[in-house]
Amino acid sequence: MIVKARAVKLGDNVDTDVILPGKYLALTDPTELREHAMEGLSPGFASKFVDGAVIVAGENFGQGSSREHAAIALKAAAVECVVAESFARIFYRNAINIGLPAVECPGILTRVADGDQVSVDLEQGKIMNLTTGTTANTEPIPLHLQQVLNDGGIIEHLKKKRAHQ
Amino acid sequence: MDWNRSEPVVNIIEKILARASDREQVRPGEIVEARINSAMVHDITGPLTVESWKKLEEKKVWDPDRIVVVFDHFLPPPTEQAAKLQKMMRDFVDEQGIRNFYDIGRGGICHQVMPEKGHVHPGDVIVGADSHTCTYGAFGAFSTGIGSTEMAAVFATGHLWFKVPRTIRVNVTGSFAPFVMAKDLILQVLGKLGVSGANYRGIEFTGQTVEDMSIGGRMTLCNMSIEAGAKTGVVAPDAKTAEYLGASSSNSFESLRSDGDSAYERTIEIDSSTLSPQVARPHSPDNVAPIEEIPESRVDQAFLGSCTNGRTEDLRIAAKILDGKRVHDHTRLIVTPASQDVYQNCLEEGLLEIFTQSGAIVTNPGCGICIGIHLGVLAPGDVCVSSSNRNFVGRMGSPQAKIFLASPATVAASAITGRITDPRKLS
Repeated sequence: MIVKARAVKLGDNVDTDVILPGKYLALTDPTELREHAMEGLSPGFASKFVDGAVIVAGENFGQGSSREHAAIALKAAAVECVVAESFARIFYRNAINIGLPAVECPGILTRVADGDQVSVDLEQGKIMNLTTGTTANTEPIPLHLQQVLNDGGIIEHLKKKRAHQ
Repeated sequence: MDWNRSEPVVNIIEKILARASDREQVRPGEIVEARINSAMVHDITGPLTVESWKKLEEKKVWDPDRIVVVFDHFLPPPTEQAAKLQKMMRDFVDEQGIRNFYDIGRGGICHQVMPEKGHVHPGDVIVGADSHTCTYGAFGAFSTGIGSTEMAAVFATGHLWFKVPRTIRVNVTGSFAPFVMAKDLILQVLGKLGVSGANYRGIEFTGQTVEDMSIGGRMTLCNMSIEAGAKTGVVAPDAKTAEYLGASSSNSFESLRSDGDSAYERTIEIDSSTLSPQVARPHSPDNVAPIEEIPESRVDQAFLGSCTNGRTEDLRIAAKILDGKRVHDHTRLIVTPASQDVYQNCLEEGLLEIFTQSGAIVTNPGCGICIGIHLGVLAPGDVCVSSSNRNFVGRMGSPQAKIFLASPATVAASAITGRITDPRKLS
């Protein structure tokens, strides 16, 4: 799978309270949650994602609460992939489980500027900055998690596995 | 560190994961498929779990007696939407025959209720759809937070994959000075490790200070391990664990003990006897300094409660400081016992009367204030000193509010003076 979109750049330690503030946790509908994606940074931030985006972030992206609402809100807001220097582990698992690709790439913050066009090859672990013409290679997502992503998330993956049994 | 060692030197986390995945031994970095002993959801993460579960088109959960449902975030529901989510969960609990269900007035904060009601045992593998699930490491369990959709998969299969973490040991010696508590210790650990310092890792707390510590204090340590990114925090079970759990002996826990120094990625040594009360400044739990270095900032709201510090012993030390005194005129003190049982204990000990007479408000158990939903949301410009676990931007309400994390003793002392105050100065 190759994802191609405009980069929205964020810093280190972006926490889930910022990605989706606690006051919206009574919402479960992705189309309602997406309105509030990244609202902790500034109201209306989600509009930056509307035409498709790759979030490029620093260390420890998604730290804090286990709220899956955070990953759901980003995906529903048209974030197609999150590339970060590193992830908080619960967010990483949540993202893969709901079918939002999450790629760890040390050094990515220095290679991409906000608004650059990037393409992310999930199988090869190759991130190309189409604006500057540079390429970063990283560890691809582990194979068993790529399968989960290809199936569209853990639920579809599990259904498929059970159908084959 | 020699990870290719020939002699198996393993720690408690590796022992638990090996047992749960029917292996002789597991090593850091390996992926294992572990049996789950208990799976917990609450009223925020449960509804998403059930929605995902329904997509699986299965009729029955893998084992209704291993699933625990606790209402604590919307306690009681502040909005119609929240009430609807709880109604949906009640229907699910009925339909699936889940008996371990703690509705309003029956439980309280999930991480307090789980051990109180006997859902945690040494050596267990426990998952909860809440990041502070790591709290149960205080009982020698491997417990960790997961998301809702992953929980739906657990509801269906009773298993989950884990990457065996490397483990950092925090070895603590010495005795705390009066009014210095487990919270001050874990804040200092967070200051040393940073918010991502234990990412993908386990933390084991060892040493005389931890052995001497109450179960409640150990819960505080393990609870905030997630604030360093840890997969879990753990303390070896002992006679105190056995006593809490009502077990006749702790002999059976011996097989869980870590084998020795080389079972860890590294060890952090801390002398607790020189520790001052610690404070995490806005807006990160690792932005920690000893209280002597904190400017005497005005406090608008003081919060005593949460899964970190809402237990009877926490409220007891705060009541001792507040007894016969008044909360400062420009400060509001909100006290939230962690569970119905804690509430009852505090009532019987006369602690609640001390709080109300001091000018504090005592709320029902729940998570609402810590997560900025209800029962004490902060206004722009508010400064709050809180015994809870996170001080991220907007965590307790307005993004323009400031949150300082501290111990129950520091919260109580600060409520009296209306400024962030060293509890040792008031005693």
